[in-house]
Amino acid sequence: MLEAMRVLVIEDDRETASFLHKSLKESGHNPEAAFDGESGLAMAREGGFDVLIVDRMLPRLDGLSLVKQLRAGGDRTPVLFLSALGEVDDRVKGLKAGGDDYLTKPYAYTELLARIEALARRTAPEEQTTRYVVGDLVLDRLAHRVTRAGDNIPLQPREYRLLEYLMRHAGQVVTRTMLLENVWDYHFDPQTNVIDVHVSRLRAKIDKGFETPLLHTVRGSGYMIRDGDR
Amino acid sequence: MASGAFRAVATAVAIFLLAAVVIATKLYSDASAALTNEVVAGLETESRLIVASAGRDEAGDLTREIEQRQRFASGRLYLLVDARGGRLAGNLAGIPSELAGKPRGGVFRYAAPGGDSPARQAVALATNLADGRTLFVARDVDDQRRALASMRLTAFLGFAALALLGLGGGYAVSRYALARVEAVNATARSIMDGDLWQRIAIAGSGDEIDGLAINLNKMLDRIEQLMAGMREVSDNIAHDLKTPLNRLRNRAEQALREDAGPQELRGGLERVIEEADELIKVFNALLLIARLEAGALEGTIEQIDLGALVADVGELYEPVAEQAGLALEVKLEPVTIAANRQLVGQAVANLIDNAIKYSSGVAGGARVTVSLVRRADVLEIAVGDNGPGIDAKDRERVLARFVRLERSRSQPGTGLGLSLVAAVARLHGGNLRLEDNQPGLRVVLVLPARPEKDRPALTSPHPNIRAPALT
Repeated sequence: MLEAMRVLVIEDDRETASFLHKSLKESGHNPEAAFDGESGLAMAREGGFDVLIVDRMLPRLDGLSLVKQLRAGGDRTPVLFLSALGEVDDRVKGLKAGGDDYLTKPYAYTELLARIEALARRTAPEEQTTRYVVGDLVLDRLAHRVTRAGDNIPLQPREYRLLEYLMRHAGQVVTRTMLLENVWDYHFDPQTNVIDVHVSRLRAKIDKGFETPLLHTVRGSGYMIRDGDR
Repeated sequence: MASGAFRAVATAVAIFLLAAVVIATKLYSDASAALTNEVVAGLETESRLIVASAGRDEAGDLTREIEQRQRFASGRLYLLVDARGGRLAGNLAGIPSELAGKPRGGVFRYAAPGGDSPARQAVALATNLADGRTLFVARDVDDQRRALASMRLTAFLGFAALALLGLGGGYAVSRYALARVEAVNATARSIMDGDLWQRIAIAGSGDEIDGLAINLNKMLDRIEQLMAGMREVSDNIAHDLKTPLNRLRNRAEQALREDAGPQELRGGLERVIEEADELIKVFNALLLIARLEAGALEGTIEQIDLGALVADVGELYEPVAEQAGLALEVKLEPVTIAANRQLVGQAVANLIDNAIKYSSGVAGGARVTVSLVRRADVLEIAVGDNGPGIDAKDRERVLARFVRLERSRSQPGTGLGLSLVAAVARLHGGNLRLEDNQPGLRVVLVLPARPEKDRPALTSPHPNIRAPALT
């Protein structure tokens, strides 16, 4: 389990804000809420948050400007934009303004949770890691090699990237959309659950014949790779 | 009456007339001056000749000379008077009253000999001789003056006729133009009043107003089409969204009603969320199509390796195909194109998804082929299957939103897949073609292969729509 995150929710719709507040609390995090852009910016500037959830349309100061001002002050706290706007280039605008991820309403809470956990984890200086280890599964990024219990597991390039992403987020839930966006770079809904088939193929390669399964399906959310005991 | 067109014509006529009058006046006064000068010059010459031929200052010689001349001359008038004004010779009775006090002569009237004609005009030149006598030599200019007067009258009548014709013509033309503009106005008013199928009458003259009417009619047709499309969409939304909404409601109700334990309640809620997710998918697809049809591609175009993209999407579906027990074959050419990677990717994904869905389970082994070829100036992405195919008469229809042929109603899906692909094609300046794959269906997504520089409308200030990869 991840350690509790301090999350700032900046959202003017009180109902949504209180739903997120309650849900995040139940997920074991420490949420705080602001209902307009100005007070949100003030709270964010005080610092100490692991991740910010920012609605794009806010009274007094809109979400994009809020994040721009925050970034101008050198604050690198990860930001997830929430928006009802889903125009083709809205996502680009959000990311250009300094957001780290973009989620269009309506969304599933599990999706939001998985994304902010991934964002918070990203601040850890793990980008330089050359090896990912989960139980006896090892992914060597330098040798581009995957072994389990010392045995080499040959993977297709895409399977390798899929496993790499899952292992970077070991212990975290990774949703199908996150996989599609980050492993395939697609921001659309492929209708059929293609991701499930890819994951089960990967699972057959890394878990088949081993006593402890490492790649788990998290019902209603997505997938998680973790050592069975933890 | 006081229409803009008439005012313009009237102004033009006035300016034209003014110019014509100025020119005609100048011509008239020049001609009249030239004639008078000629007459005066003639009179001077003759006066000198008469005086010279008389030789000496004897009254008899001068009188004889005058009498000789007046015998042959018609229209020539002579008068010789002594210092007191008494007539000595000539065919004029005496000094005309008009010339009294005019030592150099001038214009006067006289009665023509042997006629009851009214006084005719003549020009006289007076020469004072040394012995006190005065010689008047005059010439009849009445015909000349009459000719000039008739010229004046003709010009005046001509200008009046021109003005009348110009104004009358202008009035007629402006009335005609106004009547036609008014016809356009009347049609526009009745359309505004709700008579949406009205069209402006075409006069058939092929002029600018016809051109305007034709264009306005085309615009109205397009608007009507769009409105029909909207109406169809709202009908379809009503139909295709009400069903899942009702299902969602039923499930929630059912979960509440039955004296269910926590387990059943949980299951009920999960199914409610599933239904909601389906609805969201349909809404998202609808919104995307609406945005694409509004042409909101601006700034999302980049140069992409289409071959790699198609291969990529093929690879995405390859395990699905394998699981469904069908063969997925991908044949490619390396080509690049200026396009929105996400949209084209989604279009190709929809095509492959459909092909797999509709051909899986075909006796003798289902097969889906994806190909990308360059033909002249287009790129064709073709996805063919050997499923049941679509009858020629239904092909046009399946491109419409929500249309799902009866036998496919049982399949999962929103019914928006193909219309989304068609919208993506249109947005990129291409089109979508449905063909018989003998057996099965072959859908061809045609995209223009023009290099980016020829498509200024699609150049992009920030050509990268992708989220930065997390690596």
